[in-house]
Amino acid sequence: MAVQRALRTNNEADRPSSPVLQFGPDKPLKLDAGTVLSPFQVAYQTYGTLNDARSNAILVCHALTGDQHVANTNPVTGKPGWWEVLIGPGKIIDTNRFFVICANVIGGCLGSTGPASTNPATGRPYGLDLPIITIRDMVRAQLMLVDHFGIEKLFCVIGGSMGGMQVLEWAASYSERVFSALPIATGARHSSQNIAFHEVGRQAVMADPDWHGGKYLDFGRRPEKGLAVARMAAHITYLSEAALHRKFGRNLQDREALTFGFDADFQIESYLRHQGMTFVDRFDANSYLYLTRAMDYFDLAADHGGRLADAFAGTKTRFCLVSFTSDWLFPTEESRSIVHALNAAGASVSFVEIETDRGHDAFLLDEPELFAAINGFIASAARARGLSL
Amino acid sequence: MSVNRTQRVDLEVVTDLIPAHSRVLDVGSGDGLLLELLQETRQVDGRGLELSQRGVNECVARGLSVVQGDADKDLEFYPDKGFDFVVLSQTLQATRNPKLVLDELLRIGNRAIVSFPNFGHWRVRFSLLIKGRMPVTKDLPYSWYDTPNIHFCTIRDFVNLCEELGATVEKATALDANGQKIGLSMPWWFWNFFGQQAVFLLKR
Repeated sequence: MAVQRALRTNNEADRPSSPVLQFGPDKPLKLDAGTVLSPFQVAYQTYGTLNDARSNAILVCHALTGDQHVANTNPVTGKPGWWEVLIGPGKIIDTNRFFVICANVIGGCLGSTGPASTNPATGRPYGLDLPIITIRDMVRAQLMLVDHFGIEKLFCVIGGSMGGMQVLEWAASYSERVFSALPIATGARHSSQNIAFHEVGRQAVMADPDWHGGKYLDFGRRPEKGLAVARMAAHITYLSEAALHRKFGRNLQDREALTFGFDADFQIESYLRHQGMTFVDRFDANSYLYLTRAMDYFDLAADHGGRLADAFAGTKTRFCLVSFTSDWLFPTEESRSIVHALNAAGASVSFVEIETDRGHDAFLLDEPELFAAINGFIASAARARGLSL
Repeated sequence: MSVNRTQRVDLEVVTDLIPAHSRVLDVGSGDGLLLELLQETRQVDGRGLELSQRGVNECVARGLSVVQGDADKDLEFYPDKGFDFVVLSQTLQATRNPKLVLDELLRIGNRAIVSFPNFGHWRVRFSLLIKGRMPVTKDLPYSWYDTPNIHFCTIRDFVNLCEELGATVEKATALDANGQKIGLSMPWWFWNFFGQQAVFLLKR
């Protein structure tokens, strides 16, 4: 079962169960690393209908381990789309009204060109031969997709965590193409602590003998143990101490007493092992390296002479930022500094901090206050954009 | 979204001072009443800054452009003359540093509109003079120990502060206990005695 799913993940890299847009040698993707990616492809999903004025498009940017299957059953896991609580017919982001696009990021493993994709120069998977990808590179590829649809201005760009970084990059680099922006649980740069956690994850992957210097697919292997450990460590950062205590406490897993061994005595251990194991079934280890690196490199202020407000100078985009009280990966202060920069740039900005003990991952969950804020912001932006209800 | 206009006459006085399509920052925007009123009747480009997170979340859910922040700390991030009007409605007395806040309002806005409860009103004076107690009135319903209002001033005090900051009073209105405007021809001492609230339009 797991092996089959893993094989399916590999197939998804080159021949995904999503529409794919291929860019030939005439349309290379310019990379921040100073080189180009060509040819390359972008896998995406869309929902709803683009109106005649092409003014009702919402681009959803996915997080580190997310994918383009935002509002449909995931072809690899068989689970519902990762934001189906928010997006769909009659939902807060109503696909009866809006044309929703979500693309797998460059460097990902579900159909957009990434390390598991076949390198046309060698006929083998790229592995570490893929140049380093940045958040800005991801956004450039998304721009080419948006151009393909003939959309001059996106009604909204929305995303959480790494998705929020892409939203900020869109607003900074292509503000005239973004009517409204909704970055959630994110930051304008990756903090030292966040880079530290990512480095732990990468070292876990690379310490796995099955990683084979990144060429594991050539050996028919996958560094599952290393990637599982990386996921376990990262998963802790997505939750909060309070939520862990509430859910698991010191409860024992299917046993009456401690076993005086290293089995998963505690529920939290069992839970984390499960998280690690299911993750390796659906995600490519090298992709994990590339995407964590992209987040680490993100520093929007540094890209604009060290002053974040300059990233948004003259912007007409309407912003709404959301943070969560118990998020220690992207604490409220990260959002607040973006708000200050937007205020300094004279931008239209709303900022909501939501009280919850569910940590960083709260943005993926059913949080009524989050939905109320998104709903209010989108409704007022739609009025301003002249979109009928 | 209808606004209950009878309860807060001071909001109407503020609204009357603002021309259509102005850029307005409402500092201490609370539940968003004024911003909503301004958007409805003046089609302003309105933004809010509010301390209480609950107030902010409710405003955003209603489609208003509001951020959580502190008038004492967060005004410094706004650019010079970024707004046509900066409004501080019934909030000055709750700030830690009213002088600095007022200075910031005059920097950020081409004009500042400030409304505040007048501590020189005769009821306040009466309470202190005769009863020897800190006043608790309809407008100032808190006891001394739980009040968020830490920097009360009278209309005369406020006029002095404006002079000190080099601000010109372009227009001033005092409202009596019934929310009626006090006649323009009345002298300052009369306003200071019978005005329960004051609304000032300032420029620097």
